[in-house]
Amino acid sequence: MAASDFSRLIAAATDTVAAHADELTALDQAIGDGDHGLNMRRGFEAVRAEAEAIAAKPLPDALKAVGTKLVMTVGGASGPLFGTLFMALGKELPAAPDRAALTAAFGKAVEAVAARGKSQPGQKTMLDVLQPVYEALAQGKTGSEIADVADKAADATVPMKALRGRASFLGERSIGHMDAGARSTALLVRAVAETVEGR
Amino acid sequence: MSNVGIVIVSHSPLVAEGTADMVRQMVGDEVPLAWCGGNGHGGLGTSVEAIMGAIDKAWSEAGVAILVDLGGAETNSEMAVEMIGEPRSHKIVVCNAPIVEGAVMAATESSGGASLKEVVATAHELSPS
Repeated sequence: MAASDFSRLIAAATDTVAAHADELTALDQAIGDGDHGLNMRRGFEAVRAEAEAIAAKPLPDALKAVGTKLVMTVGGASGPLFGTLFMALGKELPAAPDRAALTAAFGKAVEAVAARGKSQPGQKTMLDVLQPVYEALAQGKTGSEIADVADKAADATVPMKALRGRASFLGERSIGHMDAGARSTALLVRAVAETVEGR
Repeated sequence: MSNVGIVIVSHSPLVAEGTADMVRQMVGDEVPLAWCGGNGHGGLGTSVEAIMGAIDKAWSEAGVAILVDLGGAETNSEMAVEMIGEPRSHKIVVCNAPIVEGAVMAATESSGGASLKEVVATAHELSPS
């Protein structure tokens, strides 16, 4: 991947997080601590501030740098969770991955996020988007199809009862609200998919 | 110092500092102690960077026990331990215990020269299994 392509991915991801920061915060206020939008925007803007240096690195190192930056700047549990996603992708991906390598690396990264959060799909978290996205990747779906899968998966967290994270304190009262982490994951998936397909 | 260090990680700097005050009242300066709280931007939350700094400050060759409040403090503390890496990471434990009681009990145990394993076990006894 050329450095300019990785810079465009960073810009697209940061733009979508910033544009939806208020929405993410509102989702998190309903069933969490209400800092998700602000935290994610701060983290991605910190990544964008160093986009040139990050994008100049080989793909695995660039992804690790994104992950480390998120860990250090997000300031909530989302930092380690999203940071682990990118750091694990960087660890697993070769410098010039094909679809099979991307799918395999994404699967490992989802496992790493599950381990970090001591969670699994079905608990109303970002994993409820990551897992279907992994399956869509494995099935050979196109970028726009994968983005749709992610959106539907985020919507599907609405009727779930939260079993991890701050929302789990609410028990049954977490039902009826979308998980903020699932929503931000879907936003990132769409931004990446559309940027890659738009080339 | 050879006593196990204690690190207190809360979403709130006020809770973290207040907990540290209670620990100091019990054990004085016999135990390496550090606290951190807040997201580093003036809001509630926890910061991996601040946690790594607190671990450095409370570092002891006998190890460090970390007491946390809510889930994000635990996740961020585990991330901090991982980023500190080996060999020190083997001597750092994130305790499953209530933050105030856990910190006071762990520090009291540490002040008597207990091992990291014993300090952590004392804190864990406070949590329902």
